[in-house]
Amino acid sequence: MMRRLVLFVPLVLFAVMALLFKVMIGHDPTELDLARKGQALPDFTLTDLQNPEQRWTQADLLGKPYLLNVWATWCPSCRAEHPVLVDLAQREGVRIVGLNYKDDRAAAQQWLVKLGDPYALTLFDEEGRFGLDLGVYGAPETYVVDAQGTLLYRHVGVVTQDVWRNTLAPLLNGPAGGSQ
Amino acid sequence: MMAAWLMRAAAMQLMRVGLILGFTLALSVHAAVEVYDFTSDEGYARYQSLTYELRCPKCQNQNIADSNADIAKDLRREVHRLIEEGQSDDQIVDYMVTRYGDFVRYKPPFNTATLILWVGPAVLALCGVGGLFWLGRRRRQRQIPNETSLSQDEQARLDDLLSDHESKK
Amino acid sequence: MILPELGHWALILAFGIAILLATVPLIGAWLGDRLWMGVARPFAVAQMLMISAAFAALSLSFLTDDFSVKYVAGNSNTLLPWYYKLSAVWGGHEGSLLLWALILSGWTLAVALLSRSLPEEMVARVLGVMGIVNVGFLSFILFTSNPFLRLLTNTPTDGGDLNPLLQDIGLIMHPPLLYMGYVGFSVAFAFAIAALLGGQLDAAWARWSRPWTTVAWAFLTVGIALGSWWAYYELGWGGWWFWDPVENASLMPWLAGTALMHSLAVTEKRGLFKSWTVLLAIFAFSLSLLGTFLVRSGILTSVHAFAADPARGEFVLMLLLITIGGSLTLYALRAPAVKSRISFSERSRETFMLVNNIILVVATLTVLGGTLFPLAAEYFGKEVSVGAPYFNLMFMVLAPALVIFLGVGLSSQWKDTRPGVLLKQVPLLAVVSVPVAFVIPLWMGELTFSAVLGMFLASWLIMATVRDVQHKCGSRGWRVGWLKTTRSFKGMVLGHLGLAVLIIGATLVSNYTVEKDVRMTPGDAHTLGDWVFRFDKMDHLQGPNYLSDQGHFTVETTEGKVVGQLHPEKRRYVVSGNMMTEAGIMAGLWRDLYISLGEKLPGDEVWAVRLHVKPFVRWLWLGGLLMALGGTLAVMDKRYRFRRSKPAPQPEVSSSDASSAALPGETS
Repeated sequence: MMRRLVLFVPLVLFAVMALLFKVMIGHDPTELDLARKGQALPDFTLTDLQNPEQRWTQADLLGKPYLLNVWATWCPSCRAEHPVLVDLAQREGVRIVGLNYKDDRAAAQQWLVKLGDPYALTLFDEEGRFGLDLGVYGAPETYVVDAQGTLLYRHVGVVTQDVWRNTLAPLLNGPAGGSQ
Repeated sequence: MMAAWLMRAAAMQLMRVGLILGFTLALSVHAAVEVYDFTSDEGYARYQSLTYELRCPKCQNQNIADSNADIAKDLRREVHRLIEEGQSDDQIVDYMVTRYGDFVRYKPPFNTATLILWVGPAVLALCGVGGLFWLGRRRRQRQIPNETSLSQDEQARLDDLLSDHESKK
Repeated sequence: MILPELGHWALILAFGIAILLATVPLIGAWLGDRLWMGVARPFAVAQMLMISAAFAALSLSFLTDDFSVKYVAGNSNTLLPWYYKLSAVWGGHEGSLLLWALILSGWTLAVALLSRSLPEEMVARVLGVMGIVNVGFLSFILFTSNPFLRLLTNTPTDGGDLNPLLQDIGLIMHPPLLYMGYVGFSVAFAFAIAALLGGQLDAAWARWSRPWTTVAWAFLTVGIALGSWWAYYELGWGGWWFWDPVENASLMPWLAGTALMHSLAVTEKRGLFKSWTVLLAIFAFSLSLLGTFLVRSGILTSVHAFAADPARGEFVLMLLLITIGGSLTLYALRAPAVKSRISFSERSRETFMLVNNIILVVATLTVLGGTLFPLAAEYFGKEVSVGAPYFNLMFMVLAPALVIFLGVGLSSQWKDTRPGVLLKQVPLLAVVSVPVAFVIPLWMGELTFSAVLGMFLASWLIMATVRDVQHKCGSRGWRVGWLKTTRSFKGMVLGHLGLAVLIIGATLVSNYTVEKDVRMTPGDAHTLGDWVFRFDKMDHLQGPNYLSDQGHFTVETTEGKVVGQLHPEKRRYVVSGNMMTEAGIMAGLWRDLYISLGEKLPGDEVWAVRLHVKPFVRWLWLGGLLMALGGTLAVMDKRYRFRRSKPAPQPEVSSSDASSAALPGETS
């Protein structure tokens, strides 16, 4: 009888594999988890996009939860999501910190003049070093950071109203975040 | 440079929307070549093996040595910098893992989560060897004249098979 | 033009015929109705005709630039030369599926025509099972991936162009050869299922399956070798195997097919391992299907994957459930649990072949596990990558085990080997191989562990093969003796030598490649190993559908003797805007010189250039070709040609019987 049961082993293994496929089909294998999830924002000292004299460190951002939005003028998707960010900042008063990533300062300033500035402040990361410490692998990316400076979540790709309502807002306004 | 970036970013976007038909390999596959100067040949050798074992976070499935995605360039630059700063291979891999997770290692770490990956093949091989021995023992047992291991049904089918050969001779 | 519509109708008709083929003959075989069984052959012919018509229609749409067909618009362009227009037929998802269906019908037809000597029931069942598989693929094409869909509005005036990577001779041939292999395993699969259905798993069944399996395996071998060669020269990285999921998807059926081929040999010759052989037949084809799923569902990230589409993935998954799930269920219920009473000793060739079968299956499962592990990890919320370092390490253990046992197996005899023979032969192999293992790496340069191991294995395998030939020739002398051997024996020898050549190539190229990234301007020279690479000038050219920067390099020996010219290129394809590198390669049996052009650096004509010297890299593909040639030679053996007069082989063959020698993996 043992021998007969052995003959079922391949079938069982296949069933397990098929189940895995069934569950995983449709997931996006290219999307990367945030390696620093639950950790503090890495150290940085960066200049302000608008004012090269002004230097910011992570300590300056503590106190209130915020969205950290990675953007650049060379990134077409950033242009697509920009109106949504402007809308969130103006209508809902969301605190958004910009991270201008591997960009040209003058072009970036122009961009904000033309398309509107949703950012409470914009960090200028010309070399992309802070981006690298953060784990940025493309733009746009949007991070949720709580009042203590802990990284809660990363959204990769364009922020839409849906993404905001269903994913970002609950995290930003969650128990750790307090009110807007 | 900027234009190439735009093209690539636009292409990525198109792909997300699913407009590109057929192979997606198209996203500019051309050799990524940069020229870094190393203070020692050993450093260059380490650079080659490290960039070969680190995975580009943005690409489909490429190591950072082969990819010419912007992020891969940045990571190559970091690997070069860290080697020149005198960091060990493990330190450099840790540096990458802190930022991008285990995803960047083509050689997964050995831990409880990856146990089955590293030990699995050995276990399979042992099962195979075990099966062989089991087979050998059964065969030797079967040399004993009165066969009790076959059920009536099995015996009938065996006879059937054998007689089939008989008739074809 | 209503050509695409005609093609579509032909495809629908083919679908109908496939449904009939999948049902009527099987029912006939079940009822014992000769008339119902007899329709299998005509249906196979009709199916082939209809799918050929559909394929021809699609090809004509490509050749005539009919961009109202969505698939043509997406994969072709008026600027494309005609041969690339033709190969663009299988350049995308839909067309490559149609090619798959065409090849499956071709194999079905071949079985229908070449099975005169088989019992009617067997033919009906085999063709019926192949019909079932084709029903699956045709429904996949018709319901999710129809290549004949029209763009009714907004017909573009020109097409989106074929991916430049596919505009290449290597890639014209690669998919058809690969599919010939994948789909070819469906024949062995169908024979296995037919045997399970009919309850007749015997040596005759193994003999019928064997040539089909070997031919499919040979095609797959060439297909994989071609793919590897293509990646080497076209991607510009100088690598030849990347352990990408798509490559793994082709390697898995190859490994399983190799095991199957050898297991079939034992089953035919000695009537052993029947249950195991049937399982391998199901396994090999299932892995081919699995590859299709992995490549087309977007479930894994790969460099070569088709555009991801979960809906298609769902459909293929359903096909997998039906075919693989169904056949494994049938296997579990009907595979013979009875052990054959044929005896063989621990020192017999059977035992060693079984050991190698196990190693091959472990290797297959290792590749499968490594490929799917990231997916499983992701399910548990972890992101892990499994790549070249992992697989290389695993194969550094598995390949030596395989080759060692292969050598021992070649030194042994069927049923039983006198202990003295093995004790005499095996040390002899080692005595010759150990010096070789050290001398060649020392001659090449540095002594590394993997180089010593690799050369030891190659030498071990060659020695064992030579000894086997010598033993076979006996007292007749080498020349006469060799001519007297059967073709299948010659095929086996060639196949095993091919493996040795492959091992030599892989070992030496991975240990002794030198490469260097350098900054060069015209006039510069750079020395790498024994070669001087001189950058003469840069040309800016215009191709038929691309713009190109072409470098002119002269290679000299360190003594100043000119060896040749290399012309690496960097192309920008106008329509798609894709950048491509065309490596400049000077091929040679002992080494390749390889230049790829990188970025243009700041300054006047300053370029980043990667120079490589790759020793013995050609031996990789040469080894693959030798293996495939061995397989081809083996199926040309006499006993497969005069089947009608041949009785089914007896399960017990004496070990000295020279008349029925064999395929790769056996001698008598």
